[in-house]
Amino acid sequence: MEALKKELKENIIEQLNLEDISIEEIGDNDPLFGDGLGLDSIDALELIVMLDKDYGIKLTDPKEGKAIFESVEVMANYISANRTK
Amino acid sequence: MTQNNYIKSYVHVKNNTVSLNGKVIYTDNDPDFKSFIKGAYKATETKYPKFFKMDSLSKLAFLAGDVLLNAEQLATEVEHNIALIFSNKASSLDTDRKHQESIQDKDNYFPSPAVFVYTLPNICIGEISIKHKLYSENSFFIFDSFNAAHLEVYATSLLVDNKADGVLCGWTEFDGEDNYEAFLYLVSPEGKIEHNTEEIIKLYSN
Repeated sequence: MEALKKELKENIIEQLNLEDISIEEIGDNDPLFGDGLGLDSIDALELIVMLDKDYGIKLTDPKEGKAIFESVEVMANYISANRTK
Repeated sequence: MTQNNYIKSYVHVKNNTVSLNGKVIYTDNDPDFKSFIKGAYKATETKYPKFFKMDSLSKLAFLAGDVLLNAEQLATEVEHNIALIFSNKASSLDTDRKHQESIQDKDNYFPSPAVFVYTLPNICIGEISIKHKLYSENSFFIFDSFNAAHLEVYATSLLVDNKADGVLCGWTEFDGEDNYEAFLYLVSPEGKIEHNTEEIIKLYSN
């Protein structure tokens, strides 16, 4: 699980172009949206693509993302339970 | 009464150099556009985290616009009636190609929403407008080459008809790392350089 969380942080930084942010600065339970990393709606769509591309998880309803993308911890738990690759 | 309009200030971003009113404010020998534009962003203290999410055309146009508008010291907390008239040749082709690559393979079909949103050239106008609160008319034209006469007529029309208090005009072209150029100028009732086609071409060619 720790390796997955580290991988997620690296992917989030790279794919969302979070310049000048390191994986050490993203806490497992930090909120990704709002006051946390300050991600926006396009970032949410990008995370949905990432789930599909990297883990074979297809979210049919984008609204599901709101709960799944709460934090790296929540994302990692969801991916562990639902990944197909 | 006829109103005289002037070119109040202008900015160039080309050949790894940023210059404002003819004076170089940043230059970098690194031939890589990403490194150059990041260096210019830091050197000009742009301070806008969303900058790194933009495509190359928007980064180029945004940086040019930011340098010029910051020098104008516009109040950041109020709206400005400044119109924007931009132009280029390649439209958003650089980003269009990236999007095309992501949908080329049906077995590996993962278009990026963050790339797709930049597959229009006028998005760069929006990026500048959002940061500097420019809530006025805007247009983006595609020309074979820099068309000073068209920009001059359009900007004059907006100012004479009181549609805008100022007009940010110019050329923002990005078609690969070896082919980029931004030239923006602010037309205003204040200034020293006369606003006419000859002067615009002269400044553009500098």
